Amino acid sequence: MSPVAMAFRGVRERRVSSIITILAVALACSLLMLVWAFKKEAEQSFAGANGGFDAVLGPRGSKLQIVLNALYHLDESPGLMKWEDFEQVTKYPAIEAAYPIAVGDNYRGYRLVGTVSDYLSKHSYAEDRDFELEEGGTLFEEKSMNAVVGNLAARRLGMEVGDTFHPYHGLIYNESAKHEEIYTVTGILKPTGTPADKVIWIPISGIQTMSGHNPKAATDISAALLKFKQGANMAGFQLDMLYNKQGNRLTLAWPANRTIVQFFDKISWFDKILQAVAALVAIIAGGSILAILYNTMNERKRDIAVLRALGAKRFTVFTISLLEAVGMTLAGVVAGFVVYAVLGFAIGEVVQRETGVLLNPFTGNAAMIWAPLGMLGIGVLSGLLPSLKAYRTDVSKNLS
Amino acid sequence: MALLSIRDLVKAYPSEGEGLVEVVNVAGFELHPGEQVLLQGESGSGKSTLLNLIAGIVVADSGEILLSGENVCSLSESARDAHRARSLGYVFQNFNLLNGYTCLENVELGMSFGAGADREFALQLLARVGLANRQNYRPDQLSQGQKQRVAIARALANRPKLVLADEPTGNLDPTNAAIALELIQSLCRENGAALLFVSHDPQLVSKFGRVIDLAELNQAVCLSSKGGGIE
Repeated sequence: MSPVAMAFRGVRERRVSSIITILAVALACSLLMLVWAFKKEAEQSFAGANGGFDAVLGPRGSKLQIVLNALYHLDESPGLMKWEDFEQVTKYPAIEAAYPIAVGDNYRGYRLVGTVSDYLSKHSYAEDRDFELEEGGTLFEEKSMNAVVGNLAARRLGMEVGDTFHPYHGLIYNESAKHEEIYTVTGILKPTGTPADKVIWIPISGIQTMSGHNPKAATDISAALLKFKQGANMAGFQLDMLYNKQGNRLTLAWPANRTIVQFFDKISWFDKILQAVAALVAIIAGGSILAILYNTMNERKRDIAVLRALGAKRFTVFTISLLEAVGMTLAGVVAGFVVYAVLGFAIGEVVQRETGVLLNPFTGNAAMIWAPLGMLGIGVLSGLLPSLKAYRTDVSKNLS
Repeated sequence: MALLSIRDLVKAYPSEGEGLVEVVNVAGFELHPGEQVLLQGESGSGKSTLLNLIAGIVVADSGEILLSGENVCSLSESARDAHRARSLGYVFQNFNLLNGYTCLENVELGMSFGAGADREFALQLLARVGLANRQNYRPDQLSQGQKQRVAIARALANRPKLVLADEPTGNLDPTNAAIALELIQSLCRENGAALLFVSHDPQLVSKFGRVIDLAELNQAVCLSSKGGGIE
């Protein structure tokens, strides 16, 4: 019987404590990967989901709020901006494309976003990625009562081409706030993995002139999404100076994705807490291995002495004991990947549902290598002390 | 030529307030291949220490133990381990089976550190001791007598030249003691192994062709049964 098989027997013999240890290692390993790898993936995915825009121009207010509202369809708009302001910014030479966004209504909790059809037909939301419609769909025409539904929203709402719906006032669904207008779905977007998936797109005039909306704001918009011409490196600085430093009516969020990165940076204290918790769990898991093997070493002294009497070398019993620690850690690491996958997909599902941003928990990240290796290192270190005890076991004293 | 030859063997242990206490002092002893010898001695007569010295578990202070011409006392610890795995079988008073293993696996353990596992031979041995139908039982599912029979099979598993039996009938009722004795003796004979059987039971004298009184063989004065593996 090989030392590996004997180590397996040892782990199996103390199955309750072994399972607890394996679970502790799994928890520690998955937490370490979640805190580092998954968090990095979330940051990159959110920063990458900028819809292919360089900047967002909105009413005076928080840059984060403007970005969250216009690009991620999450927050409320801090106010309205004049159509003239939108037209003015489109004339700026460095602007390649600008699209107006207007929000304020929903359908069963899914936000209606008013824009121009060019946004869905001419704009690339990521490099070499254009919006595409599911088969049989068409885009809405300006000033029509048609809608194009984001893939996630369509799936959740069970909407198909030809379906009709009444918009509801506000960004939060309130059954009593139904507008009279009836919109017809003319197209469903193919999945993009961006926030565009979780909204319903309608012509901008639809939001502006919806019954019950203030007629005085019939030409106002919530924000303008800006794409700079390639090589227009100074455009951001110049517009930042123009709108943020010299002006006082509008706010330019530029670069759009840095606003999100800065947001993640602001909550980095929370990451540190999570990292400390993960490190603590890892230490506890290591301590658990040490405690189990060390405490059971007294009862195992006789077994070790018997093995030695049968001809096992000191190094063999040392190896068996160390293999038990390594085996438990390995099992914990494998289980950790399973826990990570389950938690990662579950969190990813929630994030996609809430934000439309697609997260892939298995995007390559160094933490997915160093976290398991680190746990293995802790396992080996924890196994050393009890293994030394096994190595030093006095055969003649423990045979009787 | 003797299989086992002991000359001027001395082993002493430190004792509180008394300095070194000599436990084993054997001037000369020989055991021939296939021979079966009963070593009779009371508790504290140094019999377990003597067996541990022969097995290479304990190192002698002086003297020599030649087993198949090889001086156990001059071997490194690693070489003594290998010598034990290769040439010796050990039967203990309290069986010393490993509870996490089945009967068959316990027997196979007796081979693991020597030539390697031979399942067929392990099954043969279990059948020989009447436990073929208990091969997948664990020790805690067996009676005392059955446990000792598994231990006997394990001691023969590596086809040893010499079997050391340390009070193997001490924890058994008379019926099982008789069965165990008969099995050890016959299995040693069948496998060509010599047997050094230690017991304080006077009734076993008639079962052996050669009986040695340990009190005469061991010239050491044993004062204590505590510590250092002294018995």
